[in-house]
Amino acid sequence: MATTTVTRPAETLVSSAGRVRAKSPYPHWFYLPAAVIYGVLFIVPTIIAFYFSLTRWSIFDSKFIGLGNYRTFFQEPALVTSLWHTLIYAVVTSGLKVVLGLLLAMLLTSQILARGYLRSVVFFPVLVSTIGVGLTFTVLMNPEKGLINQSLSLIGIQGPGWLTDPSYALLSVALVDVWKGVGLATLIYIAGIVSIPQEYFEAARVDGAGAWENFRHIVLPLARPATVTVITLSLIGGLRSFDLIWAMTRGGPGFTSDVIASVIYKQYQAGFYGLSTAGNVVLFLVVTAIVLPLSRFLNRKEVEL
Amino acid sequence: MRTRHIAVALLAAGSMALTACSAGSLGSSDSSAGGKVTLNFLVDNGAETVKIANQLAKDFAAKNPAIEIKVETRPAGTDGDNLIKTRLSTGDMSDVFEYNSGSLFQAIAPEKNLVPLDDGQNIGNLDKNFTTTVTANNKVYGVPWGGFMAGAILYNKDVYAKLGLSVPKTWDDFMANNAKIKAAGIAPVIQSYGETWTSQLFVLGDFANVLTADPQFPDQYTKNQAKYATTPAALAGFQHLQQVHDLGYQNKDYASAKVPDALRYLAQGKGANYPILSALMSELIAENPGSENKIGLFAIPGTDASQNKLTVWSPAGVYIPTTTTGAKLDAAKKFLAYIASSDGCNSQTAASTPTGPYAVKGCTVGDNVPQAVKDMQAYIDGGNSSLALEFLSPVKGPALEQICVEVGSGISKADAGAKHYDEDVKKQAQQLGLSGW
Repeated sequence: MATTTVTRPAETLVSSAGRVRAKSPYPHWFYLPAAVIYGVLFIVPTIIAFYFSLTRWSIFDSKFIGLGNYRTFFQEPALVTSLWHTLIYAVVTSGLKVVLGLLLAMLLTSQILARGYLRSVVFFPVLVSTIGVGLTFTVLMNPEKGLINQSLSLIGIQGPGWLTDPSYALLSVALVDVWKGVGLATLIYIAGIVSIPQEYFEAARVDGAGAWENFRHIVLPLARPATVTVITLSLIGGLRSFDLIWAMTRGGPGFTSDVIASVIYKQYQAGFYGLSTAGNVVLFLVVTAIVLPLSRFLNRKEVEL
Repeated sequence: MRTRHIAVALLAAGSMALTACSAGSLGSSDSSAGGKVTLNFLVDNGAETVKIANQLAKDFAAKNPAIEIKVETRPAGTDGDNLIKTRLSTGDMSDVFEYNSGSLFQAIAPEKNLVPLDDGQNIGNLDKNFTTTVTANNKVYGVPWGGFMAGAILYNKDVYAKLGLSVPKTWDDFMANNAKIKAAGIAPVIQSYGETWTSQLFVLGDFANVLTADPQFPDQYTKNQAKYATTPAALAGFQHLQQVHDLGYQNKDYASAKVPDALRYLAQGKGANYPILSALMSELIAENPGSENKIGLFAIPGTDASQNKLTVWSPAGVYIPTTTTGAKLDAAKKFLAYIASSDGCNSQTAASTPTGPYAVKGCTVGDNVPQAVKDMQAYIDGGNSSLALEFLSPVKGPALEQICVEVGSGISKADAGAKHYDEDVKKQAQQLGLSGW
């Protein structure tokens, strides 16, 4: 990210000045401290990681084994299911955040009582530590002693083992993720909706448009930049999600809520450092492969409108 | 001019990076001031472990006023493994530390990272079963921390007496008992998958039976010649796990229960059998007073009643890293010698009820121990015990607990679980550089 923001102004400078580089007010070596820090803390470890992913590395010594780690990683039975889980998790959380975020933003930009208070209530979970949220919901979702199932039993419903039933565990965590993240989506949507000029709504009213037409033909298309931002952010977040899943289920029961990141972490925990580094390279490639074309696609549409 | 600026900037940034690296050494500040040596002693954060460590530190300091021991704690389980490895590799380890023996001990590269011990530390006075689990290349590196443990079934004697059951010697007897227990409305087998490690006992604790059926198994297993999935005696552990689930013998909340819940069910007679490590007896008694003699212990039964053997875990070890030198090294060696002496045992007994026999010769646990420990001692004294697989082979896969949860929750079948585990151990064997993998 940082590189693109740095290079863009430079490019415009080059083109506007007709291939003659404008003289910077600062000497070049001013860039150096930042470059060295960025290099030492980011570029060098990244390159080293690519190397170590090709070794069997025990922290005490390492042995070059070519692509062996990648072979092992893709033979890992948990990996294929975890890839699938990661996709489900990312799509479910991202989709729900878009839908709920938009609806909440509509509500919170309309003339309702205690609007400011409600806005902060919706945003509040974003500020709470993920681990704290995870532990709290683990307690609430306990099948026997948890508040959720006890409340359900009051109205005669036998709640499932939210986190202990293999068919629910992943979705339960995804729902908690949505609860925690929907505030940010709402905030982005509120900003998007508020920036729509009032004239459109006035014109629509003159034409006799109702609330649904307003939403369908004004808010939805004009809030598109917000939608793009929300989808991109929540999809990336969903693909690399780890902390909430680890705090709530540790990938369990068994491997039923394992995602790529938790599989990688488990390899690291077990001391397979080379293998987990290879896993991180895979994760990096997967996220890039999904998000890069997606954001291209979404941004192009935005221009066409 | 410009190049000099660049050089200065590089130097500044470089030295910043360097100082960042050495920030970890803040903990080991100069502590030998005033002729008094202070040793940092790293132990896991289990409540009983910390109690024992503090007691040892106190009793040792009383005898050696010139040495002070400071107890530090670390997380247990895989997080702790990571911490130990990281601190050893960065040369940042405490002066003395407590860590597992057996396969985990082998994984921290003892020849490179630990100080070998000799008779100055009383190692001649230690049980052979223990020393083999802290030996690398014929050198002993650790002294025992606490006593031996058994991976066995703790049972509620009241429930057994009420239903007229006897201690089972074969798996079939055990299941027959369970049928009667279930009919009486009590959960026959307690499981606590809320803490996943507890799911492994039917597999790991069954190893004495595997060894009886196939004495060559550990050797062949290490050489990649024997597999869990294809050795019937080894596969039995996974099958038992599946059977218990299929017949509905687990407590209702097996998927979310944690160890304290499970111990409470056992103590209150809501559950009859709990396959677990005997070391949890101290927690059971501490949390459920008055249950000392209500809980008994038997080995996980196999197929042959005449070969009823107990699977035993060797105690953890206390080690000195190679980064401990000079006066600290001498003090650390003294401390280890103390732990490996009868005084050391007495100090540990004073801190926490022993849950198994000590690995130091001449140390007794006394008569005032819970029934389960007496049951365990009977197996050991009768020669009916053998070490768990992790002490006979360095190969142990990290995912066994999750695999056992899957089999024990009906997510996958015993055969698939065993196969999955055979795949899992491959990574560990390759990581250790064993031949044949």
